[in-house]
Amino acid sequence: MNLKTELCLGLPGAAGGDVEVDQSVKMKGKRGFSETVDLKLNLHHNDHPALDLSQNVKSLSNNSVIKPPAKTQVVGWPPVRSYRKNVMAVQKSNAEESTTAAKTLPGGGAAFVKVSMDGVPYLRKVDLKMYTSYQQLSDALAEMFSSFTLGISLMAQTKVLCMICHKFNQFRNYGSQGLTDFVNESKLMDLLNSSEYVPSYEDKDGDWMLVGDVPWE
Amino acid sequence: MAYSFPEEVLEYVLSFIKSDKDRNAVSLVCKSWYEIERWCRKRVFIGNCYAVSPMIMIRRFPEIRSVEIKGKPHFADFNLVPEGWGGYFYPWVIAMSKAYPMLEAIRLKRMVVSDECLEMIAKSFKNFRVLVLSSCEGFSTDGLASIAANCRNLRELDLRESEVEDLSGHWLSHFPDTCTSLVSLNIACLGSEVCFSSLERLVSRCPNLRKLQLNRTVPLEKLPNLLCRAPQLVELGTGAYSAELRPESLSNLVNAFTGCKKLKALSGFWDVVPLYLPAIYPVCCGLTSLNLSYANIQSPDIIKLVSQCQNLQRLWVLDYIEDSGLDVLASCCKNLEELRVFPSDPYELEPNVPLTEQGLVSVSEGCPKLHSVLFFCRRMSNAALVTIARNSPNLIRFRLCILEARAPDYLTNEPLDAGFGAIVENCRKLRRLSLSGFLTDRVFEYIGKHAKKLEMLSIAFAGDGDMGLHHVLSGCDSLRKLEIRDSPFGDQALLANAAKLETMRSLWMSSCSVSYGACKLLGQKLRRLNIEVIDERGTPESRPESCPIEKIYIYRTLSGPRFDTPNFIWTMDEEGNSPLGIA
Repeated sequence: MNLKTELCLGLPGAAGGDVEVDQSVKMKGKRGFSETVDLKLNLHHNDHPALDLSQNVKSLSNNSVIKPPAKTQVVGWPPVRSYRKNVMAVQKSNAEESTTAAKTLPGGGAAFVKVSMDGVPYLRKVDLKMYTSYQQLSDALAEMFSSFTLGISLMAQTKVLCMICHKFNQFRNYGSQGLTDFVNESKLMDLLNSSEYVPSYEDKDGDWMLVGDVPWE
Repeated sequence: MAYSFPEEVLEYVLSFIKSDKDRNAVSLVCKSWYEIERWCRKRVFIGNCYAVSPMIMIRRFPEIRSVEIKGKPHFADFNLVPEGWGGYFYPWVIAMSKAYPMLEAIRLKRMVVSDECLEMIAKSFKNFRVLVLSSCEGFSTDGLASIAANCRNLRELDLRESEVEDLSGHWLSHFPDTCTSLVSLNIACLGSEVCFSSLERLVSRCPNLRKLQLNRTVPLEKLPNLLCRAPQLVELGTGAYSAELRPESLSNLVNAFTGCKKLKALSGFWDVVPLYLPAIYPVCCGLTSLNLSYANIQSPDIIKLVSQCQNLQRLWVLDYIEDSGLDVLASCCKNLEELRVFPSDPYELEPNVPLTEQGLVSVSEGCPKLHSVLFFCRRMSNAALVTIARNSPNLIRFRLCILEARAPDYLTNEPLDAGFGAIVENCRKLRRLSLSGFLTDRVFEYIGKHAKKLEMLSIAFAGDGDMGLHHVLSGCDSLRKLEIRDSPFGDQALLANAAKLETMRSLWMSSCSVSYGACKLLGQKLRRLNIEVIDERGTPESRPESCPIEKIYIYRTLSGPRFDTPNFIWTMDEEGNSPLGIA
């Protein structure tokens, strides 16, 4: 099962007013190129009903089959220039062709993610591989969207944004213990307790999930 | 008795002769003409940076204003040339900084250019105007900052497809407010975001800006800002062509394009969202060049575009155009001269789109002016090639790449010898040819017999043996560049045609059957060539002489062996040894 997750960043009460449209993720066990997960960052006001974490902890099983390449690739054949190959690889990721060849991914390729924010008329693209923690990512996003002022500085209020990249199928390695550990991480708890906004996200099935559900990896 | 023109008159006449070939001819007439010509030559083109040293160039031509130099062999584009091979611009810029203080233009292809080189350019040439770095590497955005900051009369900065270490987009802000001279700016290959307001101001203050190619990070809704400030643009490369445009942004975009009355060429279109393509409809009828080769759009959208571009002369596109799109192209674009169709999924064996040889046949039927073709496809037949040859006798460049190596005629299972034979027989003006598919020595017989104007030939996974290579080397009178990979050509053909090699710019052979012994022999025989053996397995001396070497690059040179070879290259010398490599 492929977990398709989206995070919508929007004004409180703006749940459902999503700007970005889901695109279905195709499962193809091809060579591990980059892929894109569409993320809409949504910050819900704390008033919203508490989210049931247990419901939203999905055990993610990776039942994808990695199709071996039909033929060993010869160096430099077909004669497509590296420049073109690189550009096309990123394009493919944007077109949401995903690969679940997670085992071949670490270290290889980029992990581009499109982030849209409600009310902001453009998308930004982020390479998840550039960050090793939610904090780093949230800082980067804060910078990216900081020029956009809505009168409410959403980023200033909350620094923690949670992303899920479904191609990293090590979730199952963490199990419930890993989840508990993460949720107990003090910093996260402080923020959740103090912030006016609670970062949350909408996954493929339309369920709202709390940031921090799933470990960064 | 012979009267000669006064020198001044001859110089004046020569100033109208621009082409290198003509200038070279002039210089051969007599000694005094040689002298006069060399003093007034302003442009020099060096097709192989190791064919001649900077000192030789400077000694002969003291008044050069423009240099164009090429470095690595063409197969470097496909990762066949190992890292560290060479092609360094540094020795050139050092020498020229002293000898040519008035240098205005540098155009490089496949060379290694460091930040130091760029800083030297920025410092040394007060009247520097043009920098074109095509498929180059070795420099960063810091080097670009030097150029931007110091070259007060910069007209062209074109980084086409170079590999740049992208530290930040800040370099663009180094263009001073006094810089108003830009005519052409191509930063499409850069990844990081440049400061948009700097870019906007730069565009505003350069009234002669004709060519602007943006990088992906320039968002679509900001494009109108630039277009409105540069309605005189002739060539535009868009940034990312996707966004969530508000209605007024979309109409801004349409208006902006409508205002560009001189636009002739469009490219870019990364991440394209078809919804916004109609914004360019107002300019389609004026377009002569359209590059959609990075655009992930499907045939119906491509057709809608192309059918409005009746004046199109050049189209670069992905195979998403499909045969149906090529049919439309053939019926709408009667002025088409150049077509390139690239593969969207080159490693997939099964066809992912209905693009076949039929599409190319249609275009050859419908477009009488077609002269340059680069076509990637998954199947081909002799019949189709014969038809194409008949329809397009004026072909100058024909590069066909059937994705699967050694693929035969899909209808008859025969080699494609007859098809390519028809191409070379009918297309008498053919200058460049790239072969693919299942081919025997027969096709080389045809090529040797008919392709008398052929200057560049690319061979891969073809032929049966030495006869194939022999046909080409003995028959192709105009051959300058020959590159071969994974073909069973060996010593005999090379040795029998050794003299031919001195009439060519270069020969590349990799994964063929050339032995080390033959290389040594060639080195002995041919004094004015560099015979460079490339072998990453270690010194060929450690293996039997009959053992085939991995790669060989042979080129003519006035400068003798080069001294910047890495430790996996051995240059054969005159005594039949190879002391010039590091063993």
